[in-house]
Amino acid sequence: MNKGITEKEKLEEIANRLRVKVVKMIGKSGFGHAGGSMSIAEILTVLYFYEMRIDPENPDWEDRDRFVLSKGHAAPVFYAVLSERGFIPEDILSSIHQVDSSLQCHPDMRLCPGVEISTGALGQGLSVAVGMALGARLKGKTFRVYALLGDGESQEGQVWEAAMSASKYKLDNLVAMIDYNKLELSGRISEVMPLEPLYDKWTSFGWHVIQINGHSFTQIMNALDEAKKVKEKPSLIIAHTVKGYGVSFMEDRVEWHAVSMSPQQVKDALKELRCSTEEIEVTLSEMKEG
Amino acid sequence: MSEKIAPREAFGKTLVELGEKNPDIVVLDADLAPSTKVSYFKERFPERFVAVGIAEQNMIGIAAGLSTLGFIPFATTFACFASRRVCDQVMISVAYPRLNVKIVGAYVGLFVGKNGATHQSLEDIAIMRSLANMVVIEPVDGLETKEVVRFASEYDGPVYLRIGRDPMPSIVPPDYRFQLGKGLVLKEGSDVTLISSGIMIEDTLKAASLIEKRGIQARVINMSSLKPVDEGLIVKAAEETGKIVTVENHNIIGGLGSAVAEVISEKFPVKLKRIGVRDVFGKSGTNEEMKKKFGLRSEDIAEEVVSFLES
Repeated sequence: MNKGITEKEKLEEIANRLRVKVVKMIGKSGFGHAGGSMSIAEILTVLYFYEMRIDPENPDWEDRDRFVLSKGHAAPVFYAVLSERGFIPEDILSSIHQVDSSLQCHPDMRLCPGVEISTGALGQGLSVAVGMALGARLKGKTFRVYALLGDGESQEGQVWEAAMSASKYKLDNLVAMIDYNKLELSGRISEVMPLEPLYDKWTSFGWHVIQINGHSFTQIMNALDEAKKVKEKPSLIIAHTVKGYGVSFMEDRVEWHAVSMSPQQVKDALKELRCSTEEIEVTLSEMKEG
Repeated sequence: MSEKIAPREAFGKTLVELGEKNPDIVVLDADLAPSTKVSYFKERFPERFVAVGIAEQNMIGIAAGLSTLGFIPFATTFACFASRRVCDQVMISVAYPRLNVKIVGAYVGLFVGKNGATHQSLEDIAIMRSLANMVVIEPVDGLETKEVVRFASEYDGPVYLRIGRDPMPSIVPPDYRFQLGKGLVLKEGSDVTLISSGIMIEDTLKAASLIEKRGIQARVINMSSLKPVDEGLIVKAAEETGKIVTVENHNIIGGLGSAVAEVISEKFPVKLKRIGVRDVFGKSGTNEEMKKKFGLRSEDIAEEVVSFLES
């Protein structure tokens, strides 16, 4: 770490770079899930740069911690953090969504290093994470398993099947996180299909539940530290977030779920994300070429 | 003829045998262990037995997660639930990532005790066959079931096993070894070829004897490897015997009949008659009542074959 830069400042810088990468990917490819990528930039930053025991040089290391992006459509920010952490080269990010790219619209474990399980159809990742956590115990391994779910995704019945099973098997090596940005594709969660009382639901399913501001590095780190101390129970972190966080015109707007971006929007977004004029110009010219 | 053995019985016992040798074999059950006979595994290896309750979708996901750590999970339930209920979970979490998960559907086709239409699986072969990366196998008797379960445990990738409920006479020879993509000629003949799998093999063989009395020599093939099917053996039959009849415990849409039609229509077109459930749902009743209702008794098959040859 550079002298004079605090841990928190370093994480902030990384999360900002993830958002810049997301805007560039969506801008250049002409499509992408923006809102739900932006809302989890801090969470992924903490997982990949503070919490998880991983080795980009050895992505198949058997004792590594496992991460499951159950909300697979947030692939842009996932690819951004995998490149930032060194699992994939940065220069392939602009190939996202291309037919022969290893960066498919939803993460493919057979194509992209660092992806533990292919996801995309919602509701399935937590079950897979339960299998990993259960398997870790069977093999006598001490690694931990992290699953990140969408809030709308929690409307899928399979999530609650998985919740019951994690509780039955007392999987204290499992942490699930919900990106509670309050929006789903077609509208407000509270109107489409309310989740509340979410805290009570998960508590009654036998989970240790922690509620935090999902954009606060300190709160995310503290919650993950707390989860490590919980015994005989899986932990759930309800991360209250803002969909599209970090780019004012995307924030809390349902229409920024899956989008294409005009050059002007890319320019405005990158400006807000503190990119230099030169970096913005390069991106815009690459958009034209693409 | 030796004692009859139910494929599910052979399945349950073979899992235990394999489990003794291989600590990576784990079994998942969606509350049907006494029926699917994974209860034997549960008794012997309780620590490697995962009871998920009546939650098949979660079962497939947990199996996928376990397989990423090198386990060889057998996810077991009735065939109707193992296919229809979890179709998307199998596609997304198993077939697409090509994970080493074995999905076992016991109680297959029309023959599910007296459970009736809701518990019958007339679509499972069609569903599983259409998933890329998936292998589909239906063993006929106790010995072939044992072989097929061994094969599944050694094969690296998704497998769907269709395991019958009711006792079957021994059909395959004592030295039989299952090979993926290979069918087995059970009876030679040159006038017509009857291709079947699973429980229908018994009635198909009887039908072949019945028509033999009328001077028709039928070749009978056990096509336990439903995907991939044995293209070479099918084409050879088409070349040597002309007409082909398929007999299946499944909807005639998407199952064995369709698989054979796909091969001959591309490679060596001959006339085909598909015997099976003709795009309707089932009923509750005994196996005999089912066979009568849906025209699957040996005498029904024999009649169909004769009139097909005359047509």
